Amino acid sequence: MESINEIKRDVLSAVLAAGKRADSRGMYDYRKIVVQPAILQNAEGSAMASIGKSQVMVGIKFDIAAPFADRQNEGVLSTSADLLPLASHLFETGPPSEEAIELARVVDRGIRSSNTIDLQSFFLEEGKVLALYVDIYTLDHDGNLIDCSSLAAMSALLSARMPKIEEGKIIRGEFAGKLPIKEKVVTCTFGKIGERMFLDPSLDEEKGMDCRMTLATTSEQLCAAQKGGWGTYSERDIMELLDISMEKGKGLRELL
Amino acid sequence: MGATGKDRPKLFDSGKRVDGRSVDSLRSIKIEARVLNDADGSAYIEWGKNKILAGVYGPSECIPRHDQSLYRAVIKCRYNMAPFSGMEEHGRSGPNRRSKELSKVIKEAFENVIISENFPKTQIEIFVEVLQSDGGTRCAAVTAAAVALADAGIPMKDLINAVAVCKIDGQMAVDPGKEEDNFGESDMPMAFSPRTGDILLFQMDGLLSRDELAEGIGLARKASEKIRKIQVDAIAKVYDEPKEERFLVIK
Repeated sequence: MESINEIKRDVLSAVLAAGKRADSRGMYDYRKIVVQPAILQNAEGSAMASIGKSQVMVGIKFDIAAPFADRQNEGVLSTSADLLPLASHLFETGPPSEEAIELARVVDRGIRSSNTIDLQSFFLEEGKVLALYVDIYTLDHDGNLIDCSSLAAMSALLSARMPKIEEGKIIRGEFAGKLPIKEKVVTCTFGKIGERMFLDPSLDEEKGMDCRMTLATTSEQLCAAQKGGWGTYSERDIMELLDISMEKGKGLRELL
Repeated sequence: MGATGKDRPKLFDSGKRVDGRSVDSLRSIKIEARVLNDADGSAYIEWGKNKILAGVYGPSECIPRHDQSLYRAVIKCRYNMAPFSGMEEHGRSGPNRRSKELSKVIKEAFENVIISENFPKTQIEIFVEVLQSDGGTRCAAVTAAAVALADAGIPMKDLINAVAVCKIDGQMAVDPGKEEDNFGESDMPMAFSPRTGDILLFQMDGLLSRDELAEGIGLARKASEKIRKIQVDAIAKVYDEPKEERFLVIK
């Protein structure tokens, strides 16, 4: 597999050096994006998103839980990702891989640090808070699962309903309005091969690229970032990518 | 199952079941084949409120090697419920005792029909993800997985399917919904090979008389014929109306 990746990298960097991409996209174009909100009934919120041939489903569940010891007045937000074996021949059954944990944590950080969800409003009583579970379920992997997952997660959160609570218990199937969402957080992920940077890497591009940069933004600000891979970025690269992310973010937000 | 007391709803009343169905009618079933890109075969089924996705990989090199057979392909199956699939609390991800048992019985059902002798030293993997559960997930899983296997071009002796029967207020009925599953007197899922009539998966719990058992199998067999038509249509549709892009659309 090593040699295939080497060959892919050579071919991709030759194509990119000529200012082109293997699938004839522009450097900063997304593949086709489709978002389907509110697709499940048992989950309190749900959505599917696809970017090109990547498909991700997100389900939202609410439970009652104990707060974290250092945050007694706040609800719990928990994000996890399953790289399902049916999504790709590259994924295996078993405990979550590094890749799955990174994916969940990057999506989580975007949601958490933007304060899009008011976790203090999840306080119920001493020692009892609402827990919000965001489960990322990858169904098909053709690259850029981070952007696909964060779109699905945001769409699912926007579709989510607050559970009805009586006597400290959740009444399933009954709701108390929508989950308030302050900001639509979106991520833009860029690949880099040599000096070339490009948006929305496909699986082939991911295999060949030196590194990637994910920037999560609200309509106003940067709210999370993650570099992956062995390559490097200059300060100028990062500033440039932030400008593109802010611009591309507008289009992504319109899909939500 | 078998819950008693005032919480137990009336399940069968003047010829009708809680959701208005008759004893021999199925919930609505829709199957869409070829919805995933990377899997060799895939199918999505909506059966009542169940929403289940099946993906198949193989035949491919069997890993780890000590699982290999020199004589046939090894069939592997993973049945898994999404942590958000249920109405109740958030589920734990990863296998539990129930999902391991179901994975085993589903795998064994397919071992009868997949012509595995054609592919020594390989594995054929069946992955089932329950995205939303509404009672009868294992039967829907078998039905969807059979379509996914056909989509993957895996040679099989038959296109199998599964359906459960239940006993509700003393009456045998086919395809129990969630309430009938929870409060009925018995539940009996089974998978059929429609071509031979053989039973490939058989489980039961609760109490049944000899006559009720026979009646139940008869009801399931009839329902199985209807399900087979839906499966065949789903596979035919892939070829009659080829899709430009594979895409899971959930309504």
